[in-house]
Amino acid sequence: MSTTHVVDGIDETLTPLQGRPPLNVVYEWLTTVDHKKIGLMYIAYALIFLIVAGVEATLMRIQLAIPNNHFVSPQVFNQLFTMHGTTMVFFVGMPILFGFGNYLVPLMIGARDMAFPRLNAFSFWISAFAGVLLYFSYVGASGLYAAGSAPDVGWFAYAPLTAKVFSPGHSTDYWTLAVFLSGIGSIGTALNIVTTIICMRCKGMKMSRMPLLVWLYLVMASLVFVAVSPLTAAQIMLTFDRYIGSHFFDTQAGGSAVLWMHFFWIFGHPEVYVLVLPAFAFVNEIVPVFSRKAIFGYPAMVAASVGIAFISLSVWAHHMFTVGMGAAANTFFVFATMVISVPTGIKIFNWLATIWGGHVIFRTPMIFCVAFLFQFLVAGLTGIMLSVAPFDWQLGNSYFVVAHFHYVLVGAILTALFGAFYYWYPKITGRMMSETLGKWHFWLFIIGFHLTFDFMHVPGLLGMPRRIYTYEAGRGWEGWNIIVGIGAIFQAAGTLCFVYNLIESYFKGKEAGPDPWDAWTLEWSTTSPPPDYNYAVLPAVRSRRPLWDLKHPDDPDSDYE
Amino acid sequence: MFLSPGRKKTVHCVGGSNSNWALRAVACSFALLVNRIDAQSPTNIFAPAATPAHSIFNLSMLVFGVTLVIFLVVAGLLLYALIRYRHRPENSNHEPAQIYGSNQIELSWTVIPILIVVVLFLSTTRVILGTQAIPEPDSAMNVTVIGHQFWWEYRYPQSGVVTANELHIPTSDPAHPTPTYLTMSSADVAHSFWVPRLAGKTDVIPNKINTMWIDPAQAGLYLGQCAQYCGTQHAKMLLRVYAQSPADFAAWINQQEQPAVQDFAGNAAAAEGQVVFMRNACINCHAIKGTVATGRFGPDLTHLASRDTLASGAVENTAENLRKWIDNPNSIKPGSLMPSMHLNNHDLDVITAYLTQLR
Repeated sequence: MSTTHVVDGIDETLTPLQGRPPLNVVYEWLTTVDHKKIGLMYIAYALIFLIVAGVEATLMRIQLAIPNNHFVSPQVFNQLFTMHGTTMVFFVGMPILFGFGNYLVPLMIGARDMAFPRLNAFSFWISAFAGVLLYFSYVGASGLYAAGSAPDVGWFAYAPLTAKVFSPGHSTDYWTLAVFLSGIGSIGTALNIVTTIICMRCKGMKMSRMPLLVWLYLVMASLVFVAVSPLTAAQIMLTFDRYIGSHFFDTQAGGSAVLWMHFFWIFGHPEVYVLVLPAFAFVNEIVPVFSRKAIFGYPAMVAASVGIAFISLSVWAHHMFTVGMGAAANTFFVFATMVISVPTGIKIFNWLATIWGGHVIFRTPMIFCVAFLFQFLVAGLTGIMLSVAPFDWQLGNSYFVVAHFHYVLVGAILTALFGAFYYWYPKITGRMMSETLGKWHFWLFIIGFHLTFDFMHVPGLLGMPRRIYTYEAGRGWEGWNIIVGIGAIFQAAGTLCFVYNLIESYFKGKEAGPDPWDAWTLEWSTTSPPPDYNYAVLPAVRSRRPLWDLKHPDDPDSDYE
Repeated sequence: MFLSPGRKKTVHCVGGSNSNWALRAVACSFALLVNRIDAQSPTNIFAPAATPAHSIFNLSMLVFGVTLVIFLVVAGLLLYALIRYRHRPENSNHEPAQIYGSNQIELSWTVIPILIVVVLFLSTTRVILGTQAIPEPDSAMNVTVIGHQFWWEYRYPQSGVVTANELHIPTSDPAHPTPTYLTMSSADVAHSFWVPRLAGKTDVIPNKINTMWIDPAQAGLYLGQCAQYCGTQHAKMLLRVYAQSPADFAAWINQQEQPAVQDFAGNAAAAEGQVVFMRNACINCHAIKGTVATGRFGPDLTHLASRDTLASGAVENTAENLRKWIDNPNSIKPGSLMPSMHLNNHDLDVITAYLTQLR
């Protein structure tokens, strides 16, 4: 170990990677409790599964390119869409967002780590194990050729298809157990995030002075608490049904299929807000910096975020409009779902107003956020269409819904995530990502995204249901499915550019320094990368933008808040 | 280094109301465009042929109109802002005015969306009540629909007919409506009945009874398929609804009420086929009215030859396809719950000859 070397309160003793024995490095990462390393492991893990689930999607698109195709068997196709959905939600979406939260939240509140570092590590490792467990099911009992016992019940695993009689063997149990374990990891991380934010803010950082990213992670983590529990309970009940003879969802013995749907969607709907709130968080940080203006309407943004979280707990049965709940229930859920569009709209208008009157700089983080704004707007509007229950009676469970939620997941969340990568990569690694490669990534990905998901709406309008391994010719769906498939190629190309950029910039990127973007939140006040302890001296703040105050001492934010 | 002090600035709220007809004109052009592109699609939700589908279509036009206007306004403003306020070299030395908020603007863009929500909500409620909360008229025809993995069972309680996979209903004259009411449940897992041109989908759930109604005015064949993932062959659980004039429908149901053909004078193969059928395990799953075959697990075969398709729309009903199906259902619909009967060639020939006589 080299001796410590501190200059002007900044630790210069970061040991270079090359000098250390590989086994030491591996051991350090395996046993770390440092929020930054755990965050990076979450992110790397999620990126690997992103590629895997992307391959699953590509295989599905090839199978669906022409009617009555025989590229994969129906059994394999059904496993593919189940694994694709389950992987993307639980082993890409959750880990990558927890990863960014883990890395950024302590830095942005001026803390040295999360409140419970060992719980943090445990949560990561149990989630990681859960993903491996799910994928072990492919191997299962029948060898490696993807025809093992991977679950094939859909990512929402409706009862009674999941009953032992309709899903014999253990494929469903892999799904149940993997998601259950991932839920435990999620609760651990959520607990950490909430406690850290409430208890470990630096001096002067009242809740009304926290960066919006921190607010959004607080709300997201609270939502995780409420949402994951019903799913966990339902999975335990399902396992009891399958193994010890209970009949919660066993309709053959008087159980209720609709009960599973309620349990699942009380989790499922807040879950999608859990996924989207961090995307809002990234946009809230990036757009002001690249418009050179403070965020417009900070209090309204906080209120809207909290409001969205609360309302999201009351809309779940808009996934069940076709189930036969009756006119009164349908009407209630229409109302609740429409109401949520009001705070969501407020957020979009606030972003627009932030840009308005600014000096917009189109570097890579910003162009991804611009794409986010347009795409999230469209996604929200198709959501409004789906909230109209009678319209949902046609559009529900069709490719229109698939297009809608991919518009949110890919067009809004993944796009904002890409922006976040480009924005915080310099902080994490000390080097800038390539702008040129970034623009290639952007255009390839956006073109692919729109080819796939814009045109995917049309087969839905023409009556194509989801989760079908093939379809009849003559229904007018063929051409659209081919275009959708071509978009996948562009998205893959864009993602390859991105991964290459990530790796190449680590070794060859321009040195970033502590604050390459001229930003205003606390993480930009420490070195890039930050030392293990984040801040040599814990900061004290007087406004929402402490670095603005430092850079503009004659016109600080604290005069206006 | 120049600095502009932060100050509140009023921004003109871009608004404007569109009269109803303009909204509808734009929305209708969009629908026509989609219609044009796939005028041939038999499952186009924008080509309604029954009252439920019509009321959904009308409501959807309103929704399209509203969302289109919102999109044009917001996206337009966004595009404008990105172009007008892009960073220029002369901006490099100072930051723009820092605006933290504006009570008036924020209030207006809270109130206006609330008003839009109220309008949409009331319109939506009206259609929900008009579809789900109206009493069943006496003139309605009743059909019981039972979803199975991976086929549809249809029972006509008013005449005792049991059939499968091809639903025949009478057309409904708007002046004197005779809608068809479907009472639906499932024998196994959750399915969903979706014939887009007739109505929105309604789920078919075990241990639960759901109802819906359809009233096509024009005779014809309306296509759809199961819309809730139900297992391996969910994709081939197709729906075929034959709307027939009252006279044609009466003729059809009269024929379906008859017991199965039993007289095979001159057709030795069919006669032998009947014997083979009745001595095999076929009768455990299938029913043929008037014979010892009373199984209910699989489709009723009493009038199999009167249907256009086999295996719930998977293939055309020809002797060749029928023989192939009986020999090995997995060759047509892999994952189907009918096992291969492992019959020898002769038995297959005669059973096929028998079943093709069951008109």
